[in-house]
Amino acid sequence: MTTATAAVSLPRPRGGLAGALVRGVLHRWLPLAILVAGWEVATRISGSPFFPPPWEIVRRMKELWFTGPADHLFLNGEATGNILPSLGRMALGLLLSAIAGIVLGIALGRSEQVLAYLNPIMQFARVIPPPTLVPVFIVLFDLGTQMQVASIIFSAIWPILLNTADGARSVDQVQMATAETFRLSGADRIRFIIVPSALPKIFAGLRLALSLSLILMVFSELLPGTTDGLGFELTNAQSQSDMPTIWCVIVLLGVLGYLFNTILLAVERRVLTWHRAARKAAS
Amino acid sequence: MAVLFLASEALGRAEIVDRSYLPPASTVVARAAELFGDPDFLHNVRVTLTAWALGLAIAIAIAVPLGLLFGSVPAVNTGARAIVEFLRPIPSVALIPLAGLLLGSGLGMEVPLIVYAASWPILFNTMYGLDDVDPTAKETLRTFGFSRTQVLLRVSLRSAAPFIATGVRLAASIALILAVGTEILSGFGEGLGIFIASASNVPDGTRDVLAGTVWAGCLGLIIDTVLVQAENRMFRWHFALRSGAS
Repeated sequence: MTTATAAVSLPRPRGGLAGALVRGVLHRWLPLAILVAGWEVATRISGSPFFPPPWEIVRRMKELWFTGPADHLFLNGEATGNILPSLGRMALGLLLSAIAGIVLGIALGRSEQVLAYLNPIMQFARVIPPPTLVPVFIVLFDLGTQMQVASIIFSAIWPILLNTADGARSVDQVQMATAETFRLSGADRIRFIIVPSALPKIFAGLRLALSLSLILMVFSELLPGTTDGLGFELTNAQSQSDMPTIWCVIVLLGVLGYLFNTILLAVERRVLTWHRAARKAAS
Repeated sequence: MAVLFLASEALGRAEIVDRSYLPPASTVVARAAELFGDPDFLHNVRVTLTAWALGLAIAIAIAVPLGLLFGSVPAVNTGARAIVEFLRPIPSVALIPLAGLLLGSGLGMEVPLIVYAASWPILFNTMYGLDDVDPTAKETLRTFGFSRTQVLLRVSLRSAAPFIATGVRLAASIALILAVGTEILSGFGEGLGIFIASASNVPDGTRDVLAGTVWAGCLGLIIDTVLVQAENRMFRWHFALRSGAS
């Protein structure tokens, strides 16, 4: 949110909207373009097999994933066989941890006593580095999607759960008292007061959970025994010392991460418009 | 906590779940305690902690000055933003196979990955912190004839310090994730991750896997507690100011 306010307070460049737009694009993307171009030149000169030039990576990405028919968005079998299962696992894991995290978080946030009881366990579960639990899940669920989704959930749920609980706990007392006088039912109270005031916190948790689930998705697929997914493609390429493919997967993951984050930010901005407006009015 | 402990104990003892799948909690804890006296295991823990500390220290040394630069020079900030936004979402674990081929295994590969992953939260928190600096204080010093760098170091860095500390705390747990994670994947060598990974390959090794996990959790908890305490102690003035203002 700090970045949004910073962007607003920047001085507007003179020279009309078009000029500002061009300047903005230049300012934002030129350094990146220069960096990529420099990288291209440097890698071509050095000719190291470990660092293929960016153009090479893009070409390889195209022939690796995007040679399919137009009605499949140009995706070929390799892409649907590896990218889609990965995305499916991540979406399922994130969705389940969001549902469980928000529901449990609100329940815990509204009851001080239960929260006090469970807090030590939750704090402990939160600080266990998630990769250490992947071997545990392998033993419990065997290899495969079940284990991968379980490990995503176990790492992604904590930021959502703890943030939601924190948000639900700090609901304005006056509002709760008002709800009491108006005899709002429990469901209405949750819907109209608790959820809205916890939403900013919930979104902060979701953003953390998003990047964690991407990390865990890749990690759980990197382990021996997986048969598909982007992580599998990575290990497969590693065992054949196929550097271009490794770079392709890394770039694709970066693009996906960027996309997911942008989408979540856009949703957050829409959902939280009233929140910002209220804050501005108060200050 | 005790109830949960007893429940898992009963579940394990009653043989509802296969004993080798989910051993009773008491045996896991006993094993974890036993490992405390095992010099081999302690050596593994020390290796992991060395990678963690080294990576975190380098990340701080890189990310704080960079954050100061980005945060105080707007032109650099807008220029670097596109690059940063493109690099940041790359999940660090996806770099493990690449680093494995480039750098082999062991500390030489672990530390760069930890540095990469741990630098981001420090960098961003430093930038946010600079955003939050009181402009009056900056202007005051400026009028007294202090140079830009002096103002940066005297006012901005000081008032951004609590934010940087939060970034370091986030980075510390990420660094631990990466340290253990790379070890689990690389499969040989030494470290806590290696201990867990090799135990999971042995039949009946679940007890060791879980004991190792308990250890990893304890490490995380200790690191987190120490950093939170240090933060509270060092920045009491900051929190006092905060609660006084609101």
